[in-house]
Formats: sequence, C-alpha cells, structure tokens
Amino acid sequence: MANNVLIYAEQMGGKFRPTAFEAICQGKKMAQELGGKVIAVAIGSGIENPEALGQYGADKVIVVSNEKLKDFTVDAYGKAFADVAGKNDPAVVLMAATYQGKDLGGYVSAALDAPIAADCTEWLAQGGKIQVKRPTYAGKAYATIAFTGETAVISIRPKVFASDEPDASKSAEVENQDVALSDDDFRSIVKEILAKAGGKIDVSEGDIIVAGGRGMKGPENFKILEEMAELLGAAVGASRTAVDEGWREHADQVGQTGKVVSPKLYIACGISGAIQHLAGMRTSKCIVAINKDPDAAIFNIADYGIVGDLFQVVPAMTEELKKVMGS
Amino acid sequence: MNIVVCVKRVPDTETKIKIGGDGKAIDPAGVEFVINPFDEYAIEEAIQIKEKSGEGEINILSLGSIDAQVIMRKAYAMGAEKGVHLNDDSANPDNLAVAKSLAAQLKEMSFDMVLFGKQAVDDDSASVAVQVAQLLNIPIVTRVIKMDIADGKATAERESDAGKEILEVTLPAAFAAEKGLNEPRYPKLMDIMKAKKKPLEQKEAQMDAPKMEIVEMKYPPERPPGKIVGEGVEAVPELVNLLKNEAKMI
Repeated sequence: MANNVLIYAEQMGGKFRPTAFEAICQGKKMAQELGGKVIAVAIGSGIENPEALGQYGADKVIVVSNEKLKDFTVDAYGKAFADVAGKNDPAVVLMAATYQGKDLGGYVSAALDAPIAADCTEWLAQGGKIQVKRPTYAGKAYATIAFTGETAVISIRPKVFASDEPDASKSAEVENQDVALSDDDFRSIVKEILAKAGGKIDVSEGDIIVAGGRGMKGPENFKILEEMAELLGAAVGASRTAVDEGWREHADQVGQTGKVVSPKLYIACGISGAIQHLAGMRTSKCIVAINKDPDAAIFNIADYGIVGDLFQVVPAMTEELKKVMGS
Repeated sequence: MNIVVCVKRVPDTETKIKIGGDGKAIDPAGVEFVINPFDEYAIEEAIQIKEKSGEGEINILSLGSIDAQVIMRKAYAMGAEKGVHLNDDSANPDNLAVAKSLAAQLKEMSFDMVLFGKQAVDDDSASVAVQVAQLLNIPIVTRVIKMDIADGKATAERESDAGKEILEVTLPAAFAAEKGLNEPRYPKLMDIMKAKKKPLEQKEAQMDAPKMEIVEMKYPPERPPGKIVGEGVEAVPELVNLLKNEAKMI
C-alpha cells in the first residue's frame, strides 16, 4: 500500500521558498504517521542546494532540472511532477497553496486521477490515513475531509504551519531525474515577468495590514494609511467597496472575492465589516477597528476599537506609534 | 470564435452560512444563491471577445441541481446564446469528479476557448478549471486580469508569486477569470425577457463516485469579545499602549 509522502519543493530563481520548507516539515510528520518516506521534488533550472531539504526532513530529493523549466508553467511543471509522482507510490502528494501550488495541485490531481483538498489549514491521522480540515465559504465554515483510494493531493495554506528549525546535521540523498518533455508541454510561454513594485508588500504576505474601506472617501486619502503602513512595515489593504470604487487595485482587496489573509495585526480603518470582508480577515491574530459608527459590525470581531473620525485618529495614531517605536 | 463559459450557482457572498442538521453541509434554507461572482467576469469577457470578433457563439455549461438553470438564464441575459445543464443532485464533494463530467461534455462541444471563474466562492478550491484543462489536454491560464486574442493566440496577464506575469498560449485554451478583468454588465429588462426563450439543453450528469467525503463541517472558532478603547484621538495613546504592552504587536 502506498505510504510515501511526495512534496513539491517550490523554488523561485533557483532558491527554495519558505513555503517549501513548511510543506516538507508537515510532510515529514505525515510520513511518520503513515510509516513512509519523505520525497521532495524540485523542478526548475539551476536549483541551488537540493540536499539541504534534508535539514527540514526530506529523506530524498528528486531534481528535475532542465533549462526549458526556468519559468513555472503549469503544463510543463505539472507533467514533470506527475511523472515523478507516478513512479513513487505516494499516499499523499503535498504542496503549499501558493499561486503555483494551486495550479499544480489541480493538474496533478487530474493527471494522477486522485482527489484534491486545496488550501488546508489543519490535518490529522485517522485510521492510518490522513484527513484534512480546510476553510470553505472563505472561512465561514471549515470542512473535515476524508479520502478514499490510494493517493490524495493536499495543498496547505502558506504561513499557517510553522516550519521547524533546520537540522544542519541532516542531508538528503539527491537523485537527478530526466523527464521527457515535448513541445506539447510548453504550450504556455512566459513572455514577461513584472516584479512587484519596490518596497510594496502584498497583503497576502504582510505581517501587519492597514486596510481602508468606504470611510476613506477617495483614493487620495489612502496616503494616511500608507504613512502608517510604512512606519510599521505593513501592507495596505482595501475593502471591496474601496476596490469597486476604483480607489485601490484588486490585488489589495481583502475579503471573499479578494484575498483571505491572517496577519498578526489587522488595522481596519473606515471598514464597516460586511460578512464577505470579515470572512477574509477574521483569522488575523489581533484586529484593530477605527470607525465613526459605534454599531459597525467590525467592532464585533475587533480586539481593540476606537469610535471616531479616521481622518483624525489615523494620523494621531501614526504620530503616537512613532513616539513609542522610537523609544 | 466559439466560447464555452462554465458557471456555478453559489451562495451570495453577503449571505450568512448556516450548517445543516447533518453537520456535513450548509442549510440552503434562507440562503440567496447567485452566479459565482468570478464567473461573471468570464461571461463578460466572452461577450466582449465575441463583440470584437463579430462571429461565433457563446455556450454556457453548468453542473448542479435544477436550480442551476436560474443562473444560466442570467448568463443568457448578459449575452450568451445557449447552454447545457448537467443535472446532478448529489452535491459530490470531489471536484475531480465534477471536472471529469464537465470535460466529457466539453469533448462533445466545439470551442476555441473555455472560460471559468478563478474559483467558486463556495468550496474555494480553485481546482476544477485546471483539472478540466488537463483532462482536455489544452493549455490554461488562471487568475487572468487582462487578455488579448489575435491570430489564434491569446496573451494573458495575471498576478503571480513573483509579481505579475504575461503568458502566451495557442488556442484552443482555457482561462480562469480574476476580478479586475472587466466590468460585468447588468442585463437590460428586454434581454432578461429574451433570455427565457433561448435554448437550454438539460442532460443527466455522468458522475464518478467521489474519492473524498466531508466528514464534518463546523463554524470557525468565535473570537473572544474585544473592547472599545475610547472615542476619538483621546483614545489613541491608550490604544497604542495596549498594542505594545498587552497584545505585544509593535
């Protein structure tokens, strides 16, 4: 019976991403429950130090290196990953639910004819099998899922599972594997990659998010949030209203039709707290709300609230933070 | 340019979710169901591509209970010509089974493009579009925020882990629409009336047995009650003090 855990070790520019370590650490724990091996798969070109994945718990690293695989495309990476997976008898195929991971998970699920549970936030071993918990309806409910059949594809939400400290004494066996790729596997061509604007932190990556909603009244007023965000090293988020009004771009939207985030600190300014917004940020560790309406729904889930005019409160808060953080 | 748009009926994002008596699914009573918001961008894009090219037709494909036909008619009102409803009451939780059923139907249809929303806002898996593309052996670009079609090729822009990327694919291809791709139109009353008369083929969905099941569905843990620190700027020093010394966030 299949009992190995096969993990997609995501890299960018040849360097493994922190989400790859998170996945390997969880994969190692799953393999302990299943009595199988931890096999990491690194796909790309010019991949640095694959043996170091052993420090996080990989027994073996299979490297598929090919110049044509420099940039991620779902067809080519999916073909390579599914090919390796098919030869290694996995009980679990695991990856982080990053943008790449979400594309790859769907592809591999179809290629291996195995069910997928995406974006999981918890897992448990039950009767020698892995079950997962995952948010549905943007986290308004959580479903526990059991799999039947030999293989399950699981992606885990980034930053939910902490990775263990690397054990520098460990090293993984590295095996290079060739996968036959035809022109048909390169039907998507990456024409251009536009790096993020310098210094801008994405809401899905910020440990702190300062977000604005309808109460901001216009795009020019987000300046006061940007000032606070810069001081805190935070990302600037926006409610659906702020995006639909054209004040901020969609990439900044937090909520059910935007991004689901769980930063350490979420500061909601002029956001009333619509259900679809709350669904997108309710797992934040600490929530601060600033709103002039004392009955705003955001106060029901905020740890700390100030009832007041954000145009006075936010700049005052930035000044106060400067004092406190300088000391 | 023939385009098939796959759409799903989902609870409105403003709806409060109530878990049903069996503890494994939501209770649909009192829930307002709508067309999946991301699917609206896919429909709008299909209409704009058709308007630009001046030829071809737009087919709607939806799998689900008989109520799926309500949202299909909405897509018709926006501008689609016809569609196929794959009738299925099983609420199969295995999205691969759904993808297989859609792919089997798509193989019988003629298309240059298959469009999806980037994810359905009920199970939030973002898997079905990629699965369908793999099963049909056609390329896919997910989370598309901008696209152009020319000479049998599509150029599509999307957000990526690195920032943004621009991809080129050869048609036939699949695309999954992200918010920001366009501004979906509101159908006019006359178009809503016309939509009722457009052809809608109903078939029984061929579904594999699920390889996964929902054992339990639960609400997220309640957040402990917070406190209102005070009113206006006078409350700011205390708030910052609490963030530093109680929550230890700064």
